[in-house]
Amino acid sequence: MEKPSSFTTDKQTEKHSKFFWTLSDSWTLTKRSVKHITRNLDQLFSVALFPMMFFLLFRYVFGGAIDTGNISYVNYLVAGIFVQMLAFGANYTTMNLAVDLQRGIVNRFRSLPIARSALIVGHVAADLVRNIVSGLIVIGVSFLVGFQPVAGPTDWVLVFGLAILFSLAISWISAIMGLLVKSIEAAQWTGFIVIFPLTFVSGAFVPTETMPDALRFFAENQPLTHVIEAIRGWLVGTPIGNSGWLAFAWCTGIIIVAMPVATWLFRRKTLQ
Amino acid sequence: MVSADFGISLLSTHGTGKQGMVHHNRLIENQAPAGNAIVVKGLIKSFKRLKVLDGIDFVVKQGTVLALLGPNGAGKTTTVHILGTLLLPDGGKALINGLDVVKEANRVRSLIGLTGQYAALDEYLTGTENLHMIGRLYRLSHRDIKRRTRELLELFDLVEASNRAVKTYSGGMRRRLDLAVSLIASPPIIFLDEPTTGLDPRSRLIMWNIIKQLVSSGTTILLTTQDMDEADNLADRIVVINGGKIIAEGTADELKQRIGSERLEITVSEASNFDEAKKVVDEDGLHVDSKRRTLSVVTKGGVHQLKQVLSNLDEAGINVESVSFRSPTLDDVFLTLTGHTTEQSKGETKAQQEG
Repeated sequence: MEKPSSFTTDKQTEKHSKFFWTLSDSWTLTKRSVKHITRNLDQLFSVALFPMMFFLLFRYVFGGAIDTGNISYVNYLVAGIFVQMLAFGANYTTMNLAVDLQRGIVNRFRSLPIARSALIVGHVAADLVRNIVSGLIVIGVSFLVGFQPVAGPTDWVLVFGLAILFSLAISWISAIMGLLVKSIEAAQWTGFIVIFPLTFVSGAFVPTETMPDALRFFAENQPLTHVIEAIRGWLVGTPIGNSGWLAFAWCTGIIIVAMPVATWLFRRKTLQ
Repeated sequence: MVSADFGISLLSTHGTGKQGMVHHNRLIENQAPAGNAIVVKGLIKSFKRLKVLDGIDFVVKQGTVLALLGPNGAGKTTTVHILGTLLLPDGGKALINGLDVVKEANRVRSLIGLTGQYAALDEYLTGTENLHMIGRLYRLSHRDIKRRTRELLELFDLVEASNRAVKTYSGGMRRRLDLAVSLIASPPIIFLDEPTTGLDPRSRLIMWNIIKQLVSSGTTILLTTQDMDEADNLADRIVVINGGKIIAEGTADELKQRIGSERLEITVSEASNFDEAKKVVDEDGLHVDSKRRTLSVVTKGGVHQLKQVLSNLDEAGINVESVSFRSPTLDDVFLTLTGHTTEQSKGETKAQQEG
């Protein structure tokens, strides 16, 4: 028999502030989503292989035919591939959120006294972990295929700082998409419908000068281009112009807007 | 035989005595004056134009089990979801320990455990990790989480599987873990939505044992089921619902008085004189199933009644293929109460009788 005294602590919940519990709930669910990365071999594979495939494809198949002026194509390409991988990686937030919503587990979470944003925060944070792995793989591979950065320590800090902020921004947008789609299949393609045009109609792989006027206007002013131009500038010394602060502003702005929208959508979707 | 010998005292602490003093006091604070753990008044809910709940009323006294008995689509899960703060009602009121499930949803959430029809588990995490995760989300201390996890894994016979991913678990193991997860914070009120549907007979008995022990430790339980036998076995009171309305309510014994505790079932050999057989066996609560050529009546006279019925059939020249006694099924309940069967449960009832 258990001693009765051991029961007096039963169900005694810890006393902390609401803010503490919001962080704690988010942390608990982040650990869950991060574990998924290592438990789900398909995800792990695509995280590692996808960036390498794209990189090698552009470097060796398309690269020879693309004129990037006075810098080598591999030096031009790294920033584009790097940002594209971060954007593609965010699709996991859309997917995993849609999967959670379809399965019974979302009812479990909803019947718990937890912060409503915690589940989304968990997926977004796991995305960040996945993207850091992808990003390091891209940078690693780039050195193997002839990448020669001129970045100093401050530049590298700026590159990673912006990469993290950008990853968070695009994941929060992906979370909104995950909450809007009606099926897991839809989650798969919605991400690409939004992210494909954004990454290709940009300065990621080709200089924007050759695009038709309307497309070029979009390509030169959309947030991904600013992020790419800024990172490229810090890495290989191309002119940055206003892209540096514009990239930070865009990402911060997106996070400020998308976070409450996603949380509100989650609440609305889960209460009928 | 099922040797599920669970330690009662470990399951929960809402019983009497010194054990649960701390939150026993909390319970009393939250109690409705009448000692009702769950109060449901005039609950209404529609999905699009379909009215799923059409004015449901019932109460569940603290420490008792109420079974919501009804076929698929009767509104059982919708009721549980409203009580579990997962759905908003269109009208009416629901109180958990006196707290409104809509206005005080978050306080309600810390009092309830919910086990749905489909195991709400994380497939990629292990059994232990699932328990730890939910324990932390219930805001237990790390020490309590570890202790409760150990206890629950032992109670639910999941120690061996505890470090395997849930996706490798069998259906019965998932249900057990699902219930264990609901119990991690020892909530005083538990909702079990069809806890044994789809389980093999052994897992079902294990589940029943666990539920019985939960009750004996003072937990209030609302369970839904399609199985009259299950309601009879586990529940103090049964509420029969159909089409979003309550069609009967009472203890198992009270319901049985209305529908008969046991039924005498006769299968006629030839379909040609089935109609005549119906006239001959014109007894209390006659239910007929022309497809299977069976007639069933409420048993009352025992052997005497059996002799009488058989000799009447014999005199009329009707051959009898088989005779049996069986407990009433959900179909019998519905036939008696509404005059028609539950379409959905037909197949299952038949399978049970033949099995």
